[in-house]
Amino acid sequence: MSAGRTAEASAGGGSRAARFIDWIDERFPLTAMMKEHVTEYYAAKNFNIWYVFGVLALVVFILQFVTGILLTMNYKPSAEDAFASVEYIMREVEWGWLIRYMHSTGASMFFVVVYLHMFRGLMYGSYKAPRELLWVVGMLIYLALMAEAFMGYLLPWGQMSYWGAQVIVSLFGAIPVIGEGLVEWIRGDYFISDITLNRFFAFHVVLVPLVLLMLVVVHILALHTTGSLNPDGIEIKEKKGSDGIPLDGVAFHPFHTSKDLVAIIVFAIIFASVVFFAPEMGGYFLEYANFEPANLLKTPEHIAPVWYFTPFYAILKAVPSKGWGAFLMLAAIVLLFLVPWLDRCKVKSIRYRGWQFKVALAGLVVSFVALGFLGLQPATEKVYVYAARVFAGIYFAFFLLMPLYTSRERTKPVPERVVFRAHE
Amino acid sequence: MSDEASVSRRHFLAVATGVTGAVGVALTAAPFIASFRPSTRAQALGAPVSVDISKLDEGAMVRVVWRGQPVWVLHRGKAMLAQLAGGRVPLKDPESNESRQPAYAKNETRALRPDYLVVIGNCTHLGCAPLERFEVAPADLGPDWVGGFYCPCHGSRFDLAARVMNDGSPAPTNLVIPPYRFVGDELVIVGEDTGATA
Repeated sequence: MSAGRTAEASAGGGSRAARFIDWIDERFPLTAMMKEHVTEYYAAKNFNIWYVFGVLALVVFILQFVTGILLTMNYKPSAEDAFASVEYIMREVEWGWLIRYMHSTGASMFFVVVYLHMFRGLMYGSYKAPRELLWVVGMLIYLALMAEAFMGYLLPWGQMSYWGAQVIVSLFGAIPVIGEGLVEWIRGDYFISDITLNRFFAFHVVLVPLVLLMLVVVHILALHTTGSLNPDGIEIKEKKGSDGIPLDGVAFHPFHTSKDLVAIIVFAIIFASVVFFAPEMGGYFLEYANFEPANLLKTPEHIAPVWYFTPFYAILKAVPSKGWGAFLMLAAIVLLFLVPWLDRCKVKSIRYRGWQFKVALAGLVVSFVALGFLGLQPATEKVYVYAARVFAGIYFAFFLLMPLYTSRERTKPVPERVVFRAHE
Repeated sequence: MSDEASVSRRHFLAVATGVTGAVGVALTAAPFIASFRPSTRAQALGAPVSVDISKLDEGAMVRVVWRGQPVWVLHRGKAMLAQLAGGRVPLKDPESNESRQPAYAKNETRALRPDYLVVIGNCTHLGCAPLERFEVAPADLGPDWVGGFYCPCHGSRFDLAARVMNDGSPAPTNLVIPPYRFVGDELVIVGEDTGATA
């Protein structure tokens, strides 16, 4: 069918294409779904740059899905072959290096956009009622993403893959009574072996991606139930026009999609720059120790996880007790889930909140970045351990003191409508 | 009356069906969960290994693999035993009460024979392999260091009997001693002992 004929046909009311859509709609709510989630989903017109990271996370997710499937076609999940098969992909599979670098860069970029997305949520109060569940589902996505990244990291079977997995799996040994048995159950062997690699592969390519996909759908459905918030923290649904459309809202498509497209292009430029010019990112995206095959008898001089785990790893290292270290590391993540209930302030957006929250949020960002840096440092320097304790204290204070400082905030008046100045 | 009877009958049937279903799911899940445990092959590969110590000089250490874990056999001569006795840093578990070892290795030198240390080279903190640092008072480990093992991952320190030092080391217990036995003066069998304390 030529393009001319399609255009001609769709111009007429009861055209063939329209009749085909009608045929589907009688059997599946295609048009209704498109309207609800795309063309008639209204989001605030005053979105700023912080509102692109959700869409970017979705883009990276799709990218990881596609490149991941292509990688499984040449990768071999066995202790004998894994390392060599990754080298085979890099050197002999046509464009294999590109696909692998896209996947490894994608893993790091996933965390970049997710961390920025989470920070946006904290800044503008996207977790506050009625969006608590949206936030919790988002945190579950973050948790699943960490599991996905951790298990994927074992697959190349390099030195850091192996010893990183050894460290993290043995964390479960800190659980009283069942710990040791649980570790053996997870590994399926008396050490991290071929058996462990094989099952991590199954989790990484089947189970966790399925869980992630379902959670993403739930996250979007929850978002579309409450509606997106905005930098002013105002519910746009409360001010509707005579047509029932929020006065400050514009349709997701074509308005937000066209803006998102710009963000996607800018992101793609950055992404491609990393893939082509610095896929290892100076050892932060791909650690140099991992270019050596796993050696069970030799621990690398200095074990550090990939950058996105280092803030939590620094907390683990800062505690001179295995049980408490593991507990505090877990607590650092669990507390994030509880933010909707820890924050007592009625005002959502940071624009109209008191100094207490601004100072606390700045403290959280500084401590998170500092812990991220400290988690990469060797354990020999005592000064790093003490610094990690201080910043871990600040990190925990943000959450544990939240009910106190947020109930004392003197907030500014929140405007009736969103603050928006149209471009000339 | 008959309506009420019917409702309670339906309620009973619904609960009975639910419970039967739950039991069925649990029984089906049991083999799935059990399939995660070490397989017969993995268990067979965990068999004992023998180490030739006839050519191991004093102060030398050999590493072997047993169940995928690095096992160290260190020939501690008189010099090393003197170093061990001269340690000044307090220990977390000097009597090895909290640590894992066969009964015959629960002593001062944590060994069947004082001149040989047989130990699993996995840090009890998070499973890294500590490094052998037998020199006395090197620059990076400080003047109190009389030789031992140092874990580069998180800074745990152990003496020459693989006992963890109480100086901020994150490792909770001493390194694990595997079951082992000697065959004459030439062989150490790791992973198997005579069962009785020697």
